[in-house]
Amino acid sequence: MSGRATKTIRVETLARVEGEGSLYIKLIGERVADVKLKIYEPPRFFEAFLRDRHFSEAPDITARICGICPVAYQMSAVHAIERALGVQISPAVRLLRRLFYCGEWIESHTLHIYMLHAPDFLGYADAIAMATDHRAIVEKALRLKKTGNRIVQLLGGREIHPISAAVGGFYKVPTKQQLHDLFEDLKWALEASLETVHWTAGLKFPKFEQDYEFVALRHPDEYPFNEGRLVSNRGLDIDTAEYEDHFVESQVKHSNALHSVVRGRGSYLVGPLARFNLNFDKLPEIAREAATDAGLRPPINNVFRSIGVRAVELVFACNEALRLIREYEPPAAPRVDVRNRMGVGQAITEAPRGILYHRYALDDNGMILTAKIVPPTSQNQKRIEDDLREYAAQLVAWPVEEATLKCEQAIRSYDPCISCATHFLKLVVDERG
Amino acid sequence: MSSDSKHKPRIGVFKFASCDGCQLSLLDAEDELLAVAGAVDIAYFPEVSRAMGKGPYDIGLVEGSITTHADAQRIQEVRRQSKILITIGACATAGGIQALRNWKDVDEFMRIVYATPQFISTLKLSSPIAEHVPVDFELRGCPINKHQLLELIAAMLAGRKPSIPSYSVCIECKRKENVCITVARGIPCLGPVTQAGCGALCPSYDRGCYGCYGPMETPNTASITSQFRILGQDDSQVARAFRGFNAWAWQFRKASEECERT
Repeated sequence: MSGRATKTIRVETLARVEGEGSLYIKLIGERVADVKLKIYEPPRFFEAFLRDRHFSEAPDITARICGICPVAYQMSAVHAIERALGVQISPAVRLLRRLFYCGEWIESHTLHIYMLHAPDFLGYADAIAMATDHRAIVEKALRLKKTGNRIVQLLGGREIHPISAAVGGFYKVPTKQQLHDLFEDLKWALEASLETVHWTAGLKFPKFEQDYEFVALRHPDEYPFNEGRLVSNRGLDIDTAEYEDHFVESQVKHSNALHSVVRGRGSYLVGPLARFNLNFDKLPEIAREAATDAGLRPPINNVFRSIGVRAVELVFACNEALRLIREYEPPAAPRVDVRNRMGVGQAITEAPRGILYHRYALDDNGMILTAKIVPPTSQNQKRIEDDLREYAAQLVAWPVEEATLKCEQAIRSYDPCISCATHFLKLVVDERG
Repeated sequence: MSSDSKHKPRIGVFKFASCDGCQLSLLDAEDELLAVAGAVDIAYFPEVSRAMGKGPYDIGLVEGSITTHADAQRIQEVRRQSKILITIGACATAGGIQALRNWKDVDEFMRIVYATPQFISTLKLSSPIAEHVPVDFELRGCPINKHQLLELIAAMLAGRKPSIPSYSVCIECKRKENVCITVARGIPCLGPVTQAGCGALCPSYDRGCYGCYGPMETPNTASITSQFRILGQDDSQVARAFRGFNAWAWQFRKASEECERT
């Protein structure tokens, strides 16, 4: 055995992820000498632009951080600002915001399960190549994705960068009939989601169990979207306003994103696995049963199995959307009156990829003094590198090409959103100017 | 992406500083995606495929603005490799929301622009693709309209003129029989100076247009500025209205700078 042989796993452009990143792993003999998930996507300095803008502009501006999860940005923005202003939204608006998020989860999870992640399991370069052998599956995926997009389109005006979300509510709310028109599609989508859970259970998963700290919102009555305390499996249980006391970010040379860690502990994992493991009891029975039948019971400590957990969340989101549509009664006004006022507000909501933190400080004219945004992928970034360090050690004997593909698959398990993660550097640069 | 791709037109999708939303529009064309993939060879599209086919491409779709020296060089190569180069979205056609940095420390920025070569200023600016290479068509929107994208690809491949209007959002409101929100309710709206394409979305949702499709062909920004003032907006509010997702588009840029001067 050539114990000292050096091998390099290198991916210049990571495919089937959102944004621009690359991977570099150096193996010396049996030892993993270096792991770098490089984020070279240029920073866009969002927190700097937000300064001196009125709070009412924040949902529109922050949506542009990410074309895949604009609803998440709008939801974290409006909730943080409402907290700063002491605004109480109506129950109908609360319901519509949950429904809005259902739409984004359905759209984003379907995209990831079938078009970004499944090709790894089935051995294709992409979903279009996959469609030549599995056309019915890809057609089902597209219809499911479209169902999620229809919700976002109805509530938000369009799928990408919706225009209706506002501080205090929405610019316009749908009629009961408009929501009811989604019903048949959603009933089909619920069945398709159940089939998706079943289908993902048949995939082959690498053996890779890790001891993760999972971090997610937890709400007393429901699977979390916009509200709840922030909890972890290692005893974290805080109000979302205390986030910055418990999580710290540090800059690393090789990345345009900051690495985030739990103070005093280290890397942590956010997203579907964390939500599922910490909130299994809050899933509706239909989702719990589907999960159990597919062999998914908390805690799931294998990140490759996140594809199945995403499918379980699809079941939840379709079922929840149907429930919300049944309950909906239009509010007296689409939004409550909001007055300019000085204040600071924080919010965390559950983006498809995990918790998204926003904080705004406003002056008495409602202008933004400072803004801070911590997207899910920058929180997962250190955890991804930790996984790769462990996982690459298992792959030392593999041909480089196959080992590379496996490492890519591990990264894609996190559904990374690199454009989001990058927007961090701005804080560092902004302080200089 | 597919094995029988020999005679199909090859398409490459390239990303610069952006949110990925415009390229995602292609995947959001759920009803048409498989038909498109049957008609063309999507040769390079990293967000969708590991198979990254080398150029040349019949059509290069470019998303995002130029904000780094490395990207300023990369766009040259994308241009060389693309027979037809189309920019998609506000970042690629106008510098995007990240062009708001272009007003930071203006004095220093002016000195740098006049004293040093273009490529250094791109480190300081977020600039549209057309400031770096010739562009064959600029598709507007933040994000683009997926139906316009499909029409544009079809037209380019057929060698005909795409049917993409350059009139204002007002025409779309009229066609939808929307009651004018400015006239009826006094809501400030950039619709009269903004290019159509969204389907008059914001006015249809009871709010003013915020200009995400950028300036129309011949926008009367002076008139809209005085209209906004009549509606009670102060200069900084009017300047901010122009300083959105197409802030660096020259007509909007000029309008916002004029508000700051008064």
